[in-house]
Amino acid sequence: MKALVIDDSRTMRRIVARALEDLGFEPPLQAEHGRDALDQLEAGAEVDLACIDWNMPVMDGLTFVSQVRANPAWRHITLMMVTTEAEHGQIVRALAAGAHEYLIKPFTTDAIRDKLDLLGLVPAEEHV
Amino acid sequence: MTLAPDGFAFVADLVRRRSAIQLAPGKEYLVESRLLPLAREAGLDVDGFVDRLRTRPTPADQDAVVEAMTTNETSWFRDGAPYAVLRETELPRLVAARGGAGRLRVWSAACSTGQEPYSVAMTLLDHLPAPMSSEIVATDLSEQVLERARSGRYSQLEVNRGLPAPLLVRHMVRAGTEWELSAAVRQMVSFRAHNLLDAPPVGPFDVVLLRNVLIYFDLATKRAMLDRVLRVLRPDGVLLLGAAETTLGVHDGWERVTVGRTSVYRPLAARTAVPVPIPAAAAVASPFVPAPRPAGFAVPAVPSPAAAPAAPLSRGAVR
Repeated sequence: MKALVIDDSRTMRRIVARALEDLGFEPPLQAEHGRDALDQLEAGAEVDLACIDWNMPVMDGLTFVSQVRANPAWRHITLMMVTTEAEHGQIVRALAAGAHEYLIKPFTTDAIRDKLDLLGLVPAEEHV
Repeated sequence: MTLAPDGFAFVADLVRRRSAIQLAPGKEYLVESRLLPLAREAGLDVDGFVDRLRTRPTPADQDAVVEAMTTNETSWFRDGAPYAVLRETELPRLVAARGGAGRLRVWSAACSTGQEPYSVAMTLLDHLPAPMSSEIVATDLSEQVLERARSGRYSQLEVNRGLPAPLLVRHMVRAGTEWELSAAVRQMVSFRAHNLLDAPPVGPFDVVLLRNVLIYFDLATKRAMLDRVLRVLRPDGVLLLGAAETTLGVHDGWERVTVGRTSVYRPLAARTAVPVPIPAAAAVASPFVPAPRPAGFAVPAVPSPAAAPAAPLSRGAVR
């Protein structure tokens, strides 16, 4: 499984990337903002899952989600918001824009695994 | 890396003072694994994080530690697959058998803080045809966790655990720093105190969830519990056990039906099984309950009932 972690915080990118690696993902690609992530996808990066912060400079997470959903070539990419934005309306907006899941910071590795399990993205050996 | 003994003692004391939950020596690995995500988030290792907690305590850090130590035992739609089977196989079968009418009764045993029965309630809301009604009886020995379950309020960390975002926004609203279940979901579940070693709630039930409970008991007690469930489950009803549990080799009154990557259990049609007497050790008023198994940990060796301390049966707390 291949992932792309999009967050303007290098520390947060590292935390999410490490959690994904612990769950059996290849070392994830990383992007500092939505535009950076789109550039990588347009350059041909292969990605099964994108973990996306909401508030970022240049291009925010919600715009990135909308852009990915507008391109049929990226229909297979699972989009999960990973953000401190925790209002009911924001979650609704993200889902309406095309996000599949929404994980609110702070979170535990167990919570990431639960979400990936919901999305059918946990490698088989992770199942008890 | 192992958490230093004084660091463990400090965390155990903090959690005990804040939650009354005892973290006995031997739980170092549990503490370390639960604190690791918090430490990582702070850019520290676990020892460094505990050191910060001691030297520069903040309410936010302390809350996060207590929460991390107390809320991971149960999650929404735990393991996923059993709920998929309920939705896709068992509910349609039971609805057809009842002619699409009447009331479907569910027992969620050892329901802890309520995520299991409320997950069932959400499933029924979405998948039970309108003419049918439902009743979910949720039981746990601990009044403390039942009180939390009845409140229908969950922390951010708790709703992160397995609740699909579309269901979160459909069935919950923000209430301060927490999330609160809709009245529609809460009204579907009635909570009551019950000891699994006592007579079961009044049946009959169509569905029984007895998940991640049997693993803590010896063979005779497992057998007695399965026998009690058999008495209150309708002949065409279904029992859902935890992923690491089975009736095979324990009680011969059940048929295992494998669906996808999970199994469900139905009463054997003729109920030819010889009734299993309830062992004296299991019939005592004060039940043996060892420490709950944290997710991803090995099942602990089960000591004899006589040697074990009396403690409430609940999956909602770390002891």
